[in-house]
Amino acid sequence: MALLQLSEPGMSTAPHQHRLAVGIDLGTTNSLVATVRNGLSVVLNDVHGHALLPSVVRYLDAEGRSEVGYSALDKASVDPHNTLISAKRFMGRGLKDLPDLAMLPYHFVDAPGMVQVRTVAGAKSPVEISAEILKVLRARAEASLGGELVGAVITVPAYFDDAQRQATKDAARLAGLTVLRLLNEPTAAAIAYGLDNASEGVFAVYDLGGGTFDISILRLSRGVFEVLATNGDSALGGDDFDRRIYCWMLEQAAISVLSDHDKQLLLARAREAKEALTDHPSAHLSAMLSSGQFVDLTLTEAVFTPLIESLVGKTLAPTKKALRDAGLKAADIQGVVMVGGSTRMPRIQAAVGEFFGQTPLTNLDPDKVVALGAAIQANLLAGNRAEADMLLLDVVPLSLGLETMGGLAEKIVPRNTTIPCAQAQEFTTYKDGQTAMNLHVVQGERERVADCRSLAQFVLRGIPPMVAGAARIRVTFQVDADGLLAVTARETRTGVEAHIEVKPSYGLHDAEIARMLKESNANALADVAARQLSELKVDAERLRDASVIAVHADGALLSAAEQTTILALAEALAVALQGDDAALIKRANEALNRGTAEFAALRMDASVRRALTGHRLEDL
Amino acid sequence: MDYFALFGLVPHFVLDRVALDAAFRAMQAEVHPDKFASADAAVQRQAMERATLVNAAYQTLKSPVARGRYLLQQQGIEAFDPANTQMSSAFLMQQIAWREQLETAQERADAAALDHLEAEIAVAAQQHEARLAALLDERHDHLHATETLRELRFIEKLAEEIHAAFDTLDG
Repeated sequence: MALLQLSEPGMSTAPHQHRLAVGIDLGTTNSLVATVRNGLSVVLNDVHGHALLPSVVRYLDAEGRSEVGYSALDKASVDPHNTLISAKRFMGRGLKDLPDLAMLPYHFVDAPGMVQVRTVAGAKSPVEISAEILKVLRARAEASLGGELVGAVITVPAYFDDAQRQATKDAARLAGLTVLRLLNEPTAAAIAYGLDNASEGVFAVYDLGGGTFDISILRLSRGVFEVLATNGDSALGGDDFDRRIYCWMLEQAAISVLSDHDKQLLLARAREAKEALTDHPSAHLSAMLSSGQFVDLTLTEAVFTPLIESLVGKTLAPTKKALRDAGLKAADIQGVVMVGGSTRMPRIQAAVGEFFGQTPLTNLDPDKVVALGAAIQANLLAGNRAEADMLLLDVVPLSLGLETMGGLAEKIVPRNTTIPCAQAQEFTTYKDGQTAMNLHVVQGERERVADCRSLAQFVLRGIPPMVAGAARIRVTFQVDADGLLAVTARETRTGVEAHIEVKPSYGLHDAEIARMLKESNANALADVAARQLSELKVDAERLRDASVIAVHADGALLSAAEQTTILALAEALAVALQGDDAALIKRANEALNRGTAEFAALRMDASVRRALTGHRLEDL
Repeated sequence: MDYFALFGLVPHFVLDRVALDAAFRAMQAEVHPDKFASADAAVQRQAMERATLVNAAYQTLKSPVARGRYLLQQQGIEAFDPANTQMSSAFLMQQIAWREQLETAQERADAAALDHLEAEIAVAAQQHEARLAALLDERHDHLHATETLRELRFIEKLAEEIHAAFDTLDG
């Protein structure tokens, strides 16, 4: 509640109640959940003591039952069609976006917006598959923390586009999680690293995960994490290194045709060899194929290094671009934080060290640092008192624009604009009497629309007929703090308006999510109602307490009559809270919410004024 | 809302960047949506709108071209009015020379030549900013300020093209 959070330090509001919130790193290869406990960010292990949950889902039957994690991973080569690995690579992607299809053992179904995979449990979208992983992490957290979560911060690669972000948010909702924020993975890592080391200055975060690569340049200054530039490749990661080894194996062992079982087997061997090369000069690969052929090979560092050199180069090009966007040189970077399991490869560490002219920082576990940072952010967003006052200022990773004449993309929001942001541009009609205008929203850096990602199409109708060029159509792009886009078009002379959350064309419709949620909760409807009532009551109590305290603290901003009105609404809510009538509580809650909205704005403004006048600028 | 007033600054082209950065961060620390993550939708929306405004104001004041344009707009002058494109012939000649250098460097994928051009452009930008400071803050000569600002905008666009050319070289 805004009113609660605006209370001054030392003026305690409601009795302090720790709200359970977690940070989740939903990775391509592994996922983790972390939380802040006694002021320290910690990763939550499963009952066997494992921190990592392999991001692998195996569907078991037509009822949709599944197993997730190590047990699923073990079955990957036995049951390749139903065991989904690295589903993150398919998030928000259509069939045509996926390279290397031939190497994957799945039966893909091209569905509108996003690809699906046919399994024993039916066609599953990457959103549903990811939700299975998130459900396991949610259950782990609730068991470990002993209560229901108020929400989670979910991390996404910084270079994820709008469709991929929206798909991630949908997956979290499907898993029954309240998303407090989508947080960029390198930014999360910077939080964990920066707070741990009390760092100041400009840092680079080099994040090479299982399927994605991000590079972010951040300025850390007195608890403010300001992203200056970000770049990357949302389809480049450790998986690609495995595939280089896989292809080398096929070539060396002269294998041409492989069953899906053998593909998974060899890919697993390839990954093991890559990991072995981290600590050893050579790795042994052996596998018995279903044809009876025995593969027995030795991969040395001397062979591996040239095999992956072009992939290493593919990470340095975005690194150069991000530096240039930030207006900096490699020598300006104070420290380079390494994130993601793939940065364990000695060749990667050497290449990054050489590029920046310094030894990269590896003192935090590259597999855990993202989840640890996300937990710190979640703790803050949940309203728990945090040990450090922290602010994140992140950016739009890829330019957002509109299609104009001739199939060209006109950029409206340039990449690396700090979020939240809004940009407007005026367009006009090009035909006499034109009454509708088609708007095609795209994301990417290329000039031609065909080379950018198409996010949404919508039509502004009802433009009064005028001569060509007379209408003034103002198109506004608003990007929120999750990095998600909403577009509004308005004919300014008549006020005709059209609005779109970019979501429906690529993500799932709300109705679709509701259906999926219902399916997975069919027998738990009563629980849901009880849970909703209890959540509603907790929220309403907080609002009531906060409102009363705010009136006492900042009553000077209100007239006596306004004060009385708010206190009366708060009292009405208190009365409603004595019963269990959800509808009544909701109404009273909404009434108080409406009644205090303007007061909240006044307090926000007053606190801004205090921020400016309370300190001298040099103290800030 | 006047952007300079928002940050407690005097409306000048010459700007204390340290003070701007500090005021920007102090203000975002108050209004950013992260501070209202568990608030109701209406308050979250307000926070987003305020944080958006603070970001827009910061972007405008941070960039010399946007700041100059904003100062002129406050005087009722639209510097980039398409109807007004006057520039000195000397600068037009210079533009052509720079463009040719850029094209040649691109054709030859010559990073050293791009570096050289980038440095030359940076000097020109500094000179223009100094001139703008004098024209806007001291002489209040809006006519010449407008022309200088248009030149500076050209320089900024050229710098962006050089930037893009480097990106292309990096692949």
